[in-house]
Amino acid sequence: MIAEAGHYALVLALALALIQSFVPMIGARLRDPALMNVARSTALAQLLFVGASFIALVTLHVNSDFSVANVYENSHSMKPLIYKITGVWGNHEGSMLLWVSILALFGGLVAAFGNNLPLSLRAHVLSVQAWIASAFYLFILITSNPFLRIVNPPIEGRDLNPVLQDIGLAVHPPMLYLGYVGFSISFSFAIAALIEGRIDAAWARWVRPWTLVAWIFLTLGIAMGSYWAYYELGWGGWWFWDPVENASLMPWLAGTALLHSALVMEKRNALKVWTILLSILTFSLSLLGTFLVRSGVITSVHAFANDPTRGVFILLILCLFIGGSLSLFAGRATALKQGGLFAPISREGALVLNNLLLTVACAVVLFGTLYPLAMEVLADFKMSVGAPFYNLTFVPLFALLLLAVPFGPMLAWKRGDLLGVTQRLLAAGVAGLVVIAIVWAWTRGGSALAPLAIGLGVFVIAGAVTDIAERTGLLRLPFATTLHRARGLPRSAWGTAFAHAGLGVALIGIVCETTWNSEYIATMKPNDVAQVAGYDLKLDGLLERQGPNYREMIAQFNVSRGGDALSVMTPSKRSFTTRGSSTTEAALLTRGASQLYISLGDVTAEGAIAVRIYHKPMVLMIWWGPVLMAFGGVLSLSDRRLRVGAPKPARAKQRLQPAE
Amino acid sequence: MTLWFVFALMTVAAIFAVLWPLGRNGRDQNQGSEVVVYKDQLAEIERDLAAGLVARPEAEAARVEISRRLLAAAGSEAALMPAPSLKWRRAAAVLALVGLPLVAAAIYVPLGSPALRDFPLAQRERGSGSGMAQSLENLVAQVQQHLEKNPTDGRGWNVLAPVLERLGRFDEAVRAYRNSITYNGESAERRSDLGEAIAAAAGGVVTAEAKTEFERAHALNADDPKANYFLGLVAEQDGRKDDAANIWRALLAKAPSDAPWRPLVQSSLARVGGGSSMPALSDETIAASKDMNDGDRNAMIRSMVERLATRLKQNGDDVDGWLRLVRAYLVMGDRDKARGASTDARQAVANDSERLRQLNQGLKTLGLDG
Repeated sequence: MIAEAGHYALVLALALALIQSFVPMIGARLRDPALMNVARSTALAQLLFVGASFIALVTLHVNSDFSVANVYENSHSMKPLIYKITGVWGNHEGSMLLWVSILALFGGLVAAFGNNLPLSLRAHVLSVQAWIASAFYLFILITSNPFLRIVNPPIEGRDLNPVLQDIGLAVHPPMLYLGYVGFSISFSFAIAALIEGRIDAAWARWVRPWTLVAWIFLTLGIAMGSYWAYYELGWGGWWFWDPVENASLMPWLAGTALLHSALVMEKRNALKVWTILLSILTFSLSLLGTFLVRSGVITSVHAFANDPTRGVFILLILCLFIGGSLSLFAGRATALKQGGLFAPISREGALVLNNLLLTVACAVVLFGTLYPLAMEVLADFKMSVGAPFYNLTFVPLFALLLLAVPFGPMLAWKRGDLLGVTQRLLAAGVAGLVVIAIVWAWTRGGSALAPLAIGLGVFVIAGAVTDIAERTGLLRLPFATTLHRARGLPRSAWGTAFAHAGLGVALIGIVCETTWNSEYIATMKPNDVAQVAGYDLKLDGLLERQGPNYREMIAQFNVSRGGDALSVMTPSKRSFTTRGSSTTEAALLTRGASQLYISLGDVTAEGAIAVRIYHKPMVLMIWWGPVLMAFGGVLSLSDRRLRVGAPKPARAKQRLQPAE
Repeated sequence: MTLWFVFALMTVAAIFAVLWPLGRNGRDQNQGSEVVVYKDQLAEIERDLAAGLVARPEAEAARVEISRRLLAAAGSEAALMPAPSLKWRRAAAVLALVGLPLVAAAIYVPLGSPALRDFPLAQRERGSGSGMAQSLENLVAQVQQHLEKNPTDGRGWNVLAPVLERLGRFDEAVRAYRNSITYNGESAERRSDLGEAIAAAAGGVVTAEAKTEFERAHALNADDPKANYFLGLVAEQDGRKDDAANIWRALLAKAPSDAPWRPLVQSSLARVGGGSSMPALSDETIAASKDMNDGDRNAMIRSMVERLATRLKQNGDDVDGWLRLVRAYLVMGDRDKARGASTDARQAVANDSERLRQLNQGLKTLGLDG
């Protein structure tokens, strides 16, 4: 009964979404408040039904009900409970159900907390949201239904892909989906604005927090995915520029641009049309990402199954939404009221530069992702676009962006003073140069660009600190005043500083890891000692262990440095009988921000084992950066004040720092 | 019936979600508007100014800008008055009452399986054989607790040992048989049982340790059938086929005609007697051995299958051998092993496309495709 009730709940959600897609729309046209309010109750009911459907699927997985095909194919009765739950979205059908559940969640949130929105805007937004939902409910029910049954249920399931049996699965997909799907809200707002033909301050006030929420989750989701790949795949790599990673990076880049342009719009009523376009593009890229990952166009650990009908269906959805929204934009954008004006050198100008660089970077990634696919389809020619391409294109763009980052928050609104800002950033620049010199002297080897890049990272961090110091009057005013001002400073200003500093932190981590990582690959026998980056790793022995649904071979390493024993590391190799495959569980030893990394290969006939040992200096900073960025986002989100960008008056008599 | 009742309730709830706002006659809605936002912004500037976050000239400039927008917004606001439309509301209500259930039924009926009840694993186990195994485990645990307090209770060990062996807990079974011998005194039967358990724990291979037990049993009673059978296996394992054949022939000669293990010994004999290097593990053998008591049957089949597996591991060219092994696993109900064996087989003959084709053909007929 649980299975069928869950199935029927999903069908009802589709029926409700269909009603929600046009009844409120008609209501808005007729200006009938009751019809418009249908959007609200149906959105909440939809959330209820999809939520029930999702909970039903989770229950079926937990109960190991193998009469449900999805459970049989992806679960196993011996699997630990946590993986029974996470296994729900560790497969195509379940992950799509999670996708629509999150979509319904966002719709429900708008319905529940959208009291301060104009009624017709809310009706339009929820209607557009329902179009997306209807398309995906249909997709799930027709091509990837998780509730299909098996008449003669088998007694045991086929187990989940062992690589996915990890705590990462509990965090990475839900976070990523919260990000992807969160951008649907800004998309719906953009379409609603285009349909209504007007866009006002209430619009921007609403879009920014939603975009911010989506962006925070996407940032954390990508970082988590990268860390997961780093420790699970056993190669110690954290970013491969593979199409699936790019699929998540593109909405992030566009979303970051959107975040900044929405800020300009809320504060200064400018960049309206551009913000609308970015909203459409960001969600389109999210959809494209879903298409690339889910259609089986790209084979990877993410594409659980390849089925051409699914690909065609998603492609159809993709064309419908991207094509439809862009044509609507082309038709209606000119009708929108233009916003405020600003000088090229101003905070607005800096944010336009940010948008420019981010969108170009995004276009580069899009090109690098789609070009090989297009070549494969059209010319039957297999190629891969990897790190060298991105090093030549994406990296310089980002370097330029990072160079500009500290200037942005310090310029005044409307008309800024570049020279003044440069003077105030002098200290940060000097800090960067000093660090470059130190690193250069320290290493005298490796890439010549590495010290420069680290200097750039330090400049970004120091720039963020300078901004806060300027605002609080640190070193200029008495300390007590500074403290008082710091407390009075809007949390959004702190958020900006943290997010920007996070960029610098991540950059330093990336540069250190790629330039100075050392590796040791060999076959080791018990009692052999490997020496990596000053650490001695002695292989004590191999032992076997039986896990709940796998067998495990553990290698025990004694790690010491200069004769002092530090720790014991136990990398292992797990073989899963049901799927007949195995995973490597790397062992990590964290020392400060650096890590030692051991992963196991195969055992040779003589009882020796292939071992890969890496020393990765400062590698953790790569993920601390995004966490810092997300923290900045949360700070800014918690700041519920209205955002007003006070412009610098034309006849400025004295130099004043901007509000924020 | 309950299911349809639940469906009906859910449908009613969905319809209600549409009808509810239609029923509430568009009373004064608290809704946000552009004007409200601009007014809030003006208030915000005052607050910022008071807190010293903005300087006076900038605040003044911002105030002018926002007031300009406020005026523009207030001008356009008046045009948007609500206009209730009863006709359309009725249409929406009809849509919810008729269209919604129709759409739901039209989609659910072809896709759903309302006649199928749930099959949670826990519930299924309670009613079937594995449920019995569950309670058996409980009994075993109780007996073990009892023996922990009275370790010299020979009868207890005697009862426990075969049960443990049947549950597949061979290491514990070995210990139980040892204790049984210690406290009950040795007999040929106990010695050969112990040997069998040791062999089972070693995955069906008759180890030197097991062999010693069978030899002791043989010394105690030269006619003990189990000891003789396994000593034959030892001989075969060591490659002394003639010795094995002699032992089994002698065993059969002395055996009563209705002995349940006769077919097994006969087929073993045929295997070595025929001079073929292939252990003939026909379905008949397995079917015949079904008549034996569980412990014997399991260990014997297992040992035969394991030997075949070992041989194939050394020389994997033999497609027929692989297929026989896979079939044996399937008959034993061990699908995982069957799948594992078919994977091994594919790897073993991967270099020979003709053999691989034969293998895949065979696996397909066994219903183990992919």
